[in-house]
Amino acid sequence: MTDVNNTPDSGQDPSRRDFIHIAAVGATAVGGAFVIWPFIDQMNPAADTLAEASTEVNLADIDEGVTVTVMFRSKPHFVRRRTQAEIDEARGVDVSSLPDRDARNVNIEAGAPATDENRSALTAMVDDGVEVDDALRAAFLVSGANCTHLGCVPTGEAGAYDGWFCPCHGSHYDTSARIRRGPAPENLPIPPMTFISATTVRLG
Amino acid sequence: MSGPSTYKPSTGFEKWLDERLPIVRLGWDSFVDFPTPRNLNYWYTFGGILTVCLMVQILTGIVLAMHYVPHVDMAFASVERIDRDVNFGWLLRNIHAVGASMFFLAVYMHIFRGLYYGSYKAPRELLWILGVVIYLLMMAAAFLGYVLPWGQMSFWGATVITELFGALPLIGGPVTEWLWGGFSVGNATLNRFFSLHYLIPFLIAGVVGLHIWALHVPGNNNPTGLTAKTSNDTLPFHPYYTVKDGFAIVVFLVIFAFFVFYWPDALGHADNYIEADPLVTPAHIVPEWYLLPFYAILRAVPDKLGGVILMFGAIGVLFILPWLDTSRVRSMRYRPVAKWFFAFFVVACLGLGWAGAELPDNKVPVLGAIGVDFLLLGRVLTLYYFAYFLVILPVLGFVEKPKPRPASIEADVLGSKKSGDAAAPAGAPAE
Repeated sequence: MTDVNNTPDSGQDPSRRDFIHIAAVGATAVGGAFVIWPFIDQMNPAADTLAEASTEVNLADIDEGVTVTVMFRSKPHFVRRRTQAEIDEARGVDVSSLPDRDARNVNIEAGAPATDENRSALTAMVDDGVEVDDALRAAFLVSGANCTHLGCVPTGEAGAYDGWFCPCHGSHYDTSARIRRGPAPENLPIPPMTFISATTVRLG
Repeated sequence: MSGPSTYKPSTGFEKWLDERLPIVRLGWDSFVDFPTPRNLNYWYTFGGILTVCLMVQILTGIVLAMHYVPHVDMAFASVERIDRDVNFGWLLRNIHAVGASMFFLAVYMHIFRGLYYGSYKAPRELLWILGVVIYLLMMAAAFLGYVLPWGQMSFWGATVITELFGALPLIGGPVTEWLWGGFSVGNATLNRFFSLHYLIPFLIAGVVGLHIWALHVPGNNNPTGLTAKTSNDTLPFHPYYTVKDGFAIVVFLVIFAFFVFYWPDALGHADNYIEADPLVTPAHIVPEWYLLPFYAILRAVPDKLGGVILMFGAIGVLFILPWLDTSRVRSMRYRPVAKWFFAFFVVACLGLGWAGAELPDNKVPVLGAIGVDFLLLGRVLTLYYFAYFLVILPVLGFVEKPKPRPASIEADVLGSKKSGDAAAPAGAPAE
């Protein structure tokens, strides 16, 4: 700023002019950010995608030792009726020896230990007036079917722990769908589930 | 090297044009009279070859987009239709698909050439960095393009690569859903991948313009690594290098055509002829061959975030390479120790590609007898990959005794024996 601008009768207050410049540039920057946001946000899931669906599974159709893969919220999920040997194997594991000791089950409190009881359908909610056989609930394991490493669908009844084996990068899951070996960081997640009849479970 | 222009407008129209838009002058100075070191060998023809590759991909891509449908229900069928029903569709698609592999083949030659002759060193750091940017864009374009046929490898490749971003702490989940436009790879993902796949080649063309600009300021490096000083060191680009590049391009196109006409699926994966199925992952998913080394690096770490960081770091380290190599001698022709480390670096990259193609638990032939599986091989070679850039090149610059260099490019080419005596003392700057 020159002295000319500082003379009172020049009518040009330098700090006032600076303020106008800063305000104009500032407003442009904020306006620019507002313009950019729609271009970024348009890539997020659209409203119809977000509309959450629920999926019902008829457990009576699933025999012992069989896994059914269902789609729930556009992701595959395993529904497996485990054999007694598989349940015993899963229950016999010391939780403190697991790579991920968290049950990863939204049906129970966060951070609960990854025991088989905390992973199986024993944790599913039950609608009023519905009676479900506990042995049936203990036998069923419902979990996400995307490996927690990079999202591949693991192969069933495979791997070193008789559960699932992910062919992509070699993660081994046990019969409770808990990660036991390999690069995956977490157990397969248990989705929200509710028994709406003695043999029907609703995911979501 | 961009000295005064030698362009002389010969007709009245050229004079008129030159005063308004000197575009003919730019072309003349850049590709006709441009002074080029007289000793460039065939490793230096890959720049021209890569320009051809980019043009081939853009041309075939534009016409393929006229027949392709970016929808999960129709994408696979539309690609099959291109192969079977569209006039010459089989040819155009084969050229585009094989062209991607040829593009990477040429770019790897080009990159290894730059590594061997020290083309990343001052004053060509920005030239090198722009090249790494092009390489990154190429990988993005190739990945996005591989998703479009919507086969099993497309779908699961897209899932694995986008899930890499899920490894980021806190923002990982939202970023992955933002990339997908949903809760898994789906129609929204396919649409945006098509849009971006169409965009990126034009970004590449823009950066290639900068790359050539940055090349034409210091001029070409050359196998001696010496700076051209006199006009005896150089030749005009035309006809000497237009013809040399032209011959190399023809040879390259013969190999290209062999794959297009006789072996078009050799470089792809059979599983991509099975339509995408979100419920079943193929028993063995692998990326295209040109990304296998990075896949091996990703798998070398038993930790999700660690693997992702290391994989991106493998490319990130290339950006700072000009400042990691401390040797003042450019060309490894005169670096008796470094050239062996370089040779093993090439072997390590090939080995990483091999490890990336195999299941981690499979045993390596011969070495398997002593318990070496591909996971271990990948780990050892990953260690070497990073050691080459972060330890070997920085240290070697101080401890290696370079061989004497010729006095000039002219002396090297025209073979005057006594010029070797005039060589700069060991350890002195190359210039």
